[in-house]
Amino acid sequence: MSFFSPPPPLALAPPPVGLLRRSFLKFTGLGVAGVALAAAGCRISKDEETNSVEVGKHDLAVLNYAYALEQLEGAYYEKVVAGFYAGATAMEKDLLTDIRNDEIAHREWFREVLVLKKVPRLEFDFSSINFTDRRSVLTTARTFEDLGVSAYNGAGQLLTLSPFLNHAGKIVSVEARHAATIRNLLAFGSFADSDVVDANGLDVVRTPPQVMALADKYFVTKVKVDELPTH
Amino acid sequence: MNLTNLFDEIARVDPEVYDRVDARRGVINRFARMGSRLAAAAVPVALGGLFNKAYGQQLPTNVLEVLNFALSLEHLESRFYQTAVGTPGLVPAKDKITVIRDHEMKHVTFLQQAITSAGGTPVAEGKYDFTGKGTFPNVFSDYKQFLQVAQAFEDTGVGAYKGQASALKSSNALLTYALQIHSVEGRHAAHIRFIRMVNGYAKVKPWIVGDDNTKGTPTERIYQRESDHRQVLINLRGIGGYDVGDAATSSFDEPLHKDEVLAIVKPFLA
Repeated sequence: MSFFSPPPPLALAPPPVGLLRRSFLKFTGLGVAGVALAAAGCRISKDEETNSVEVGKHDLAVLNYAYALEQLEGAYYEKVVAGFYAGATAMEKDLLTDIRNDEIAHREWFREVLVLKKVPRLEFDFSSINFTDRRSVLTTARTFEDLGVSAYNGAGQLLTLSPFLNHAGKIVSVEARHAATIRNLLAFGSFADSDVVDANGLDVVRTPPQVMALADKYFVTKVKVDELPTH
Repeated sequence: MNLTNLFDEIARVDPEVYDRVDARRGVINRFARMGSRLAAAAVPVALGGLFNKAYGQQLPTNVLEVLNFALSLEHLESRFYQTAVGTPGLVPAKDKITVIRDHEMKHVTFLQQAITSAGGTPVAEGKYDFTGKGTFPNVFSDYKQFLQVAQAFEDTGVGAYKGQASALKSSNALLTYALQIHSVEGRHAAHIRFIRMVNGYAKVKPWIVGDDNTKGTPTERIYQRESDHRQVLINLRGIGGYDVGDAATSSFDEPLHKDEVLAIVKPFLA
């Protein structure tokens, strides 16, 4: 893509476009300053030798970290829905399909909003999961959802721009809804058990390195978050 | 390429983008004044004993206002669930409403301590009319109606914390605590909705689909933005070539601003 061609999302913008486009360009870090950003070569490319990507630092890196996690969740549920586990009820299929669609929407939204500076499509390794087994599928889903909630809770303070924080906030409560739902499918009433909600009534918060360490085995393409601040 | 400077630049050139998204001029002004790293250093505070130990200074008034606003909502929820659980025969034990009650009570205590430690005065619990001035007359005798009101409170709580997040950016600690409460409210909302769904009490999912057909009903204001299928101009319908169905709206929860939240809860104040 040429740096000077309009980013694809604008084609979908409704009129009146002028003012909104300007804001959108600012939101995505494009516009005049964005041209400078692009010219500086800030694309994130894969290190083929180590099969890894480095997200960098600052707000766009935090969003890329979130994008990587949404890719993980999206790929996982795509596989779950492609062939449901034995004995899946109509309700379970319906809920898991909804969750898959939410995760795809998150993933594709990040892909578009991060116009230029984004990590590539990542590869995942789900070989540790038995997709024909209900418990294996749902416990993995629970892990991913709880992990996602803790990741967004930890990422909020790393974002300096309010629009980015606001949109991360719009996503994290949906992840919390997923987490509660998966938990209720596994054991009704476990939606907010004490393993995820502490004595003060607070949910889990994790730094990017803590999250990536827990998710590491699923990433074929490794995502390095070492340069991100942790507080 | 220094992204910090880049963002600084953007904020200085065009603060209206923040206006549109978060509508809190104070945040923008602070941002413009202090630069983009304000989150790291602007008003360093932490909760509990950390306040005085580390910094020995008061929180800015607007942050205390946010905390008291949150506390007033937690008071409402806490009393609501305490009343329901204390009403014989209303709540089936298996539905674990007690878990939610306990969390809301803890949120009250936590916020009271935070406000006190920061030199503020926690708002007192209010007087409530959980029938919403007669709109939900059987809220504590009809379990279905109780769940309807519970869902309204939980979804409102989720939107309310979301709406205050950027007002807490000046303190990493407070922002993070607020996010930690926010996602617990999201879990509660999903659970209440799950109960309604599996029992066939209402046609709802654990997530908010469009406005959940609330147009013209007493709870419509809670879902006033939920039908939006665009996020920063990006259309989620058919995004990336995928038909995501209802996820075009359910994948993003929307914020509620303070005045909107106050209007929503007003009928429940005696």
